[in-house]
Amino acid sequence: MNTPEPTILPAGDAALVVAFGNEISPAVNARVRALTDSLARRPLRGVTECVPTFRSVLVAYDPCAVRYAWLRRKLARRLAALSLAGEAETRVFVIPVCYGGAFGEDLPAVAEHTGFSPDEVIRRHSGADYLIYMLGFLPGFAYLGGLEQALHTPRLQNPRTSIPAGSVGIGGEQTGIYPLASPGGWQLIGRTPVRPYDPRRAEPILYRAGDYIRFVPVSAEEYAELEQKQAAGERIWEVKARG
Amino acid sequence: MDNVLKILSPGPLTTVQDAGRFGWMASGFSPSGAMDLPAARTANLLAGNPMDFPVLEMTLVGIQAEFGCDAVIALTGADMAAVLDGEELPRCQAVAVRAGQVLACGAAREGCRGYLALAGGFALEPEMGSCSTNLKCGLGGFEGRKLRAGDELPLREAPPFFGGLAGRRAPVPDFPPPEETIALRVLPGPQDGAFTAEGLRAFYEGKYAVTPASDRMGIKLAGPSIEAKDGYDIISDGIAAGSVQVPASGQPIVMMADRQTTGGYAKIATVITADLPKLAQAKIGSQVRFRAAGSPREAQAAARREAQKLRRLEYRMLWQ
Repeated sequence: MNTPEPTILPAGDAALVVAFGNEISPAVNARVRALTDSLARRPLRGVTECVPTFRSVLVAYDPCAVRYAWLRRKLARRLAALSLAGEAETRVFVIPVCYGGAFGEDLPAVAEHTGFSPDEVIRRHSGADYLIYMLGFLPGFAYLGGLEQALHTPRLQNPRTSIPAGSVGIGGEQTGIYPLASPGGWQLIGRTPVRPYDPRRAEPILYRAGDYIRFVPVSAEEYAELEQKQAAGERIWEVKARG
Repeated sequence: MDNVLKILSPGPLTTVQDAGRFGWMASGFSPSGAMDLPAARTANLLAGNPMDFPVLEMTLVGIQAEFGCDAVIALTGADMAAVLDGEELPRCQAVAVRAGQVLACGAAREGCRGYLALAGGFALEPEMGSCSTNLKCGLGGFEGRKLRAGDELPLREAPPFFGGLAGRRAPVPDFPPPEETIALRVLPGPQDGAFTAEGLRAFYEGKYAVTPASDRMGIKLAGPSIEAKDGYDIISDGIAAGSVQVPASGQPIVMMADRQTTGGYAKIATVITADLPKLAQAKIGSQVRFRAAGSPREAQAAARREAQKLRRLEYRMLWQ
């Protein structure tokens, strides 16, 4: 594979950035994940955080425990031996979504912009697996790749001051789930009863970078049932192996 | 009353913080933690606690609170004109208080953030590995929120003979007078290449004022506009403590404890660990300027010197 050499740059005296290129692509992101997985399996002394993003990894460390030059050397060695083969099994999280109506106020606007019927928008949006490139912005907020171009819709002119948790939207080339109530400018097309972030769950954040998300349409009645099941402690999402 | 600290007046923003919640940035959680970490650690050492115990961080105006039991307390960081039953309290000193006494802090005379530690600490359970309050998620600290009047913070039992801790002292911090410009040392990048030569000159030569929009997420500054070569947006990546990001306004924001974990603005430089407490204590309207710290090696030597001060204090506490 013809890929540029990764670069290592200081981000102050307590963090550094390993950058694998300057584009958003599954190939670059796979290298980001390979390094993150390697650091999770065999941690380096002094490292306190490892934040994988689209094309780079932020490695935060204790500046009193290890020196920049030492960590840089260790990481360069790790990078040289990095293998993409060892990736763990890819998981697909199947997330129920009630599209349109009060849960997806902007579905008509997205339909108008894309030229599809609302049903066709739903069919297309729920017909793809979206790669989680990274988590950030909010706890459990997944930056997803793979929204087909025909569904790209500009953000709202006037962002909403509060969007309920679980809202599913489209913002430009991106789609995703709001894990917490928050302000936001995405076009809302539906809502899921699944909570990507639940502090009471053993794993507070449902998924991680490298997993995929698949949306499945459910009716308003099914949504209400799922919400009740969840309140009773039942798991309302599925995890499948991809491939 | 029981082993509680009863809050009579909470001040504008008082939260429980420890050294931070680590290991969760990859899932989108800010590290949180005390903004002026050395001050929080000093308070704990004076109160006979391990350095990274939870403390109260008070912002601009301190708390008024009644003690439900005998205790030993220590106040560090900003000078909040604290009095105990009307009598002025020394700063950076362990003080014995009796059940029923009232601590009254006022507006910060010097600095911006004050810290209160109690011998034995607060009886709070860590969430996701830390007692730091994450306000955005309602996580950690006391019910995941800032303190309100009427809150009763549960206290752990103080160690035996804790009265003997009283009188222990640490150096009182020397805050610069308001008219003095605060120098912050930075390491360039990671995206200094996104800025023009003029933009970099403005950043390194200009003076920037701390604006009222500053908070625990970031210190927002106002001053000479910093010009980017072609756009301020980058592909979103991770944000380190002290990162100076420059959005399209050209005005820098220094990212602090409650920062977003990732962001899409170019980061011109990063304030070094040793200088972050200076910024945490800078009041609205204070002037700051940035200067190059040299190499990561020099910056880390400065961080180690600061850490050694705390270690020496910890050692001295054994003999006081």
